[in-house]
Amino acid sequence: MSGHSSYAPSNGFTRWLDARLPIVRLMHDSAVSYPVPRNLNYFWTFGGILTFMLVAQIVTGVILVMHYTPNAELAFNSVEHIMRDVNYGWLLRYLHANGASMFFLAVYIHIFRGLYYGSYKAPREILWILGVIIFVLMMAAAFMGYVLPWGQMSFWGATVITNLLGALPIVGDTILSLLWGGYSVDNPTLNRFFSLHYLIPFMIAGVVVLHIWALHHVGQNNPTGVEVKDVRKDTLPFTPYATIKDVFAMVCFMVVFAWFVFYTPNFLGHADNYQRANPAVTPAHIVPEWYFLPFYAILRAIPSKLGGVLCMFGAIAILAFLPWLDTSRVKSMNYRPVARVFFWVFVADAVLLGWLGAKPAEGGYIIVARIATFYYFAYFGILLVLGLFETPKKMPASIADSVLKQKAGAPMMASAAAAAPQTKG
Amino acid sequence: MSMNKILAAALIAATSFATASFAAEGTPEPPGQKWSFSGPFGTFDRAQLQRGFKVYREVCATCHAMTLLSFRNLSEPGGPQFTASQVKALAAEYRIATTDDNGQPTERPGLAADRFPAIFPNEKAARATNGGALPPDMSLLAKARTYERGFPRFIFDIFTQYQEQAPDYIVALLTGYEEAPAGVTLQPGQYYNKYMPGHLIAMRPPLENDRVEYPKDSSGKLVAPQTVEQYAKDVTAFLVWAAEPHMEARKALGLKVLIFLVVFAGLLYFTKKRIWSKLPDGAHA
Repeated sequence: MSGHSSYAPSNGFTRWLDARLPIVRLMHDSAVSYPVPRNLNYFWTFGGILTFMLVAQIVTGVILVMHYTPNAELAFNSVEHIMRDVNYGWLLRYLHANGASMFFLAVYIHIFRGLYYGSYKAPREILWILGVIIFVLMMAAAFMGYVLPWGQMSFWGATVITNLLGALPIVGDTILSLLWGGYSVDNPTLNRFFSLHYLIPFMIAGVVVLHIWALHHVGQNNPTGVEVKDVRKDTLPFTPYATIKDVFAMVCFMVVFAWFVFYTPNFLGHADNYQRANPAVTPAHIVPEWYFLPFYAILRAIPSKLGGVLCMFGAIAILAFLPWLDTSRVKSMNYRPVARVFFWVFVADAVLLGWLGAKPAEGGYIIVARIATFYYFAYFGILLVLGLFETPKKMPASIADSVLKQKAGAPMMASAAAAAPQTKG
Repeated sequence: MSMNKILAAALIAATSFATASFAAEGTPEPPGQKWSFSGPFGTFDRAQLQRGFKVYREVCATCHAMTLLSFRNLSEPGGPQFTASQVKALAAEYRIATTDDNGQPTERPGLAADRFPAIFPNEKAARATNGGALPPDMSLLAKARTYERGFPRFIFDIFTQYQEQAPDYIVALLTGYEEAPAGVTLQPGQYYNKYMPGHLIAMRPPLENDRVEYPKDSSGKLVAPQTVEQYAKDVTAFLVWAAEPHMEARKALGLKVLIFLVVFAGLLYFTKKRIWSKLPDGAHA
């Protein structure tokens, strides 16, 4: 997809620079002339939104660190110092705390978009796996960041989650004492979480570069899942077409972000975290942040501790194998009517698991959580089997055809029917 | 379509679980109060904050500290907005621990820049004075309490901006003292409160009618009734401000930011439409 570079240096300086470090050429090729499928819908704007969120988190985070004190005695009050005494400190902290939630909201939409349109299939396996790595790093960063204010939920969340690792055979205890820096969650834990919380976003930025590199090498998937056949007919230059669309979507996303930050900034947090950490008092319900709830529900649905831990991590790890678990050669669920039903049930299942994660692990909740956990994993098995038997719908011959068909509102064209894929996977 | 049916079934199941869990809690839900500071245009009622501070100072401050708040906050915009000289005089009534020139511990009068001092020297002292119970610091109380909203209300709360669980709960608690029902035996120093989780509370009913004297207007009429309900609301409004002194600034800035973003998004939308109406190959997207 990279193709031939269309960059032409316009003056003496850029010609001189281009011969030595073609950085302007690189930017031109990847953000101006880069061809994007012309039929992308707004679900394809979340990559840009996520890049914006990463930068926003790093910028607000770097400034917050100027006022924060990573010490178990002082951390809680230093956060309140930011809220009360630092100029616009309340804004920085609410942006950063809600920014984490918005980051996850965007990444979940981004992941589900990839799942629906089969964006993980060849030749995008590496692109997808890099995405899973980013997701795991994000979870680590968010978890450690939530510990830093050293409130009750920070402390007890950290205690519950780190204790899980102790369930691992042989290495469990060693990992635990390395994480804790002692024999329980305490000041050394806060110090190392702070250090790692500052490190991980830059690791994410590094993997994001690889993710974008891989994307620009193989080209974007699109709602039809049909690869680009004729660059001139099927694609548009990134600038101005994708640029303006991305910016528009980004500003719409900022409206949602601003709504939470300015109008209901503690909605996504937990009241208990406005109480200082107290190792002697356990909160009535220990609940992680909303974006961890589906995985927390899976953890608690399994009767054995080690089994729960393995299933929780397995629920994320299984995503990395999806390119080989899904046997269908049709990418987009638009053309897989049966798989599509299972997909939407999977989405509902993930939401249900999230709701269950916030409920006490008892009685009916446990039973529903077990069924929902079973379906979560079964979905990947269903894709494995379904791909071998289902009959996909007719696909357009090309991206350009699908766009023209949509515009004309006419039934599928003859050329599209002729190019329909083989009926079995 | 079968998918819709499954989704509907999931929703019904979720709702029934939410109701079931609510009934099981056994603590009634705090009634919703009308607050001047709720919603996108909410602001504090200065007179109410000033009355609330009076209630805090004359009643709550016997046991409850407020160590994250500075005296100066009381005269800053968006709060009770006492005058700077009132705050200076108020701060001077407090004694702040310090050391003298010989390094010996001593006390000095408070300054506007000081934070409210602790009431007890440490947790053990606080518990010893209060029959084993620890009166919580009140600086963040109005953010640190909540009750479960349940599905689907927590979804609606995003749009209605309902976030007054803590103040509603505090008012309910302050006015929720009752005779213990038959079968509940209270230990010495325990009281029965309808809204306290578990119903047993170590704080004796703190408010009674006419306990705090409210100011009168020029005709000699009280500006607000000297009742338990009014005291509870006033002191709670004060606690909400104390938990987030910049709330007014936040909501005011939020309005400007949102208007800007919505207008900007509108302009971008039309720009996008215009750009996409002319494609390089002459076709329409």
